[in-house]
Amino acid sequence: MTELSDFDDIPGTTLFTAQRSRKGYHLNQFCMSLMKAENRARFKADERAYLDEWPMTEAQKQAVLKRDYNAAIAEGGNIYFLAKLFSSDGKSFQDAAGSMTGMSPEEYAAMMLAGGRSPEGVRSIKEGR
Amino acid sequence: MARITAGLTTSHVPAIGAALDLGKSTSEYWQPVFAGYDWAKRWIAEEKPDVVVLVYNDHASAFSLEIIPTFAIGCAESFAPADEGFGPRPVPVVRGHPDLAWHIAQSAILDEFDMTIVNKMDVDHGLTVPLSLMFGQPEAWPVRVIPLPVNVVQYPPPTGNRCWELGEAIRRAVESYEEDLNVQIWGTGGMSHQLQGPRAGLINREFDISFLDRLTSDPEALRRMPHIEYVREAGSEAIELVMWLIMRGAMGDDPKELHRFYHVPASNTALGHIVMEPAR
Repeated sequence: MTELSDFDDIPGTTLFTAQRSRKGYHLNQFCMSLMKAENRARFKADERAYLDEWPMTEAQKQAVLKRDYNAAIAEGGNIYFLAKLFSSDGKSFQDAAGSMTGMSPEEYAAMMLAGGRSPEGVRSIKEGR
Repeated sequence: MARITAGLTTSHVPAIGAALDLGKSTSEYWQPVFAGYDWAKRWIAEEKPDVVVLVYNDHASAFSLEIIPTFAIGCAESFAPADEGFGPRPVPVVRGHPDLAWHIAQSAILDEFDMTIVNKMDVDHGLTVPLSLMFGQPEAWPVRVIPLPVNVVQYPPPTGNRCWELGEAIRRAVESYEEDLNVQIWGTGGMSHQLQGPRAGLINREFDISFLDRLTSDPEALRRMPHIEYVREAGSEAIELVMWLIMRGAMGDDPKELHRFYHVPASNTALGHIVMEPAR
């Protein structure tokens, strides 16, 4: 279990620990509901009303409404659950991942084509490497 | 008797499925990805496996946060492609092999692996993209598939060593099955990728190539690699690579690497693919 404490030591990275899973339970289960076409249609028709059917926090609802995936993850969301949300928007993993980096979609795509983000300097906060 | 005749690993990037389904597989971007599987497609057409034990992770499709099995095994007659938010992929229904699947489940449980038995389950891109890469777009998949989903979403996932040992148990199970079946085991997911947060897009080519090398040259080191090292070095979603060790555990000592392919990028991901056969 010792390594669990290191999980917050990686820059720009949130691991889906028990604590986060508990915090994000209803946010993630809301996302799962979008696997059904009829639920996607109801959500699209009135997003706020659909969200209000779920016992989610206001911060979680705002993250969804704004499609702010960093905020959603901070509120306990997990990327594979959030994928149901961006997929129902017709967005790809590349669109969603890129949106969390502060880069434009074009900049992010160019970075990936050039071989991706280097791990140099983003391995550990404590160790500064 | 049934035999495990080969092991295969491949990434299972969802965008690969989308590229194939939308007719983009010959585009400048995707052509090199699909070309990287030409060798393995020819190889598997000659090998004609009867069954593939397909190790993958469910990406919050069959399993929500309600039930999170660490190791599960699909024992159903068939498995439908999951609707992951944009409708199910237009690919054939996956035919299972319930008799062998139940045999593996029973054998593994008595071998002290507490498998979750699943009799109804939709399968997502983690399982269908590897089939697409290996078989293209057939009317029906030319092989029966035993889905073996592993939790790598909720922390903690199983350790690499535990995955390896499960692979050993699967091999013992297959080799104690009476019917003469040609069985392959596939480990899927990886390699470098991070799909979340400001660090998204991370790729570590050096780590990936070393991982591919060590699958045959120094697998003991991979068995002991802690989760944090996968994440630090190769991105949060690279933790999927522990599933490759289930395949590797099933190969036994000194397997022979037959083929490998490595390519960056496939969407956010470094794509890695290796084919190996057990020592004769």
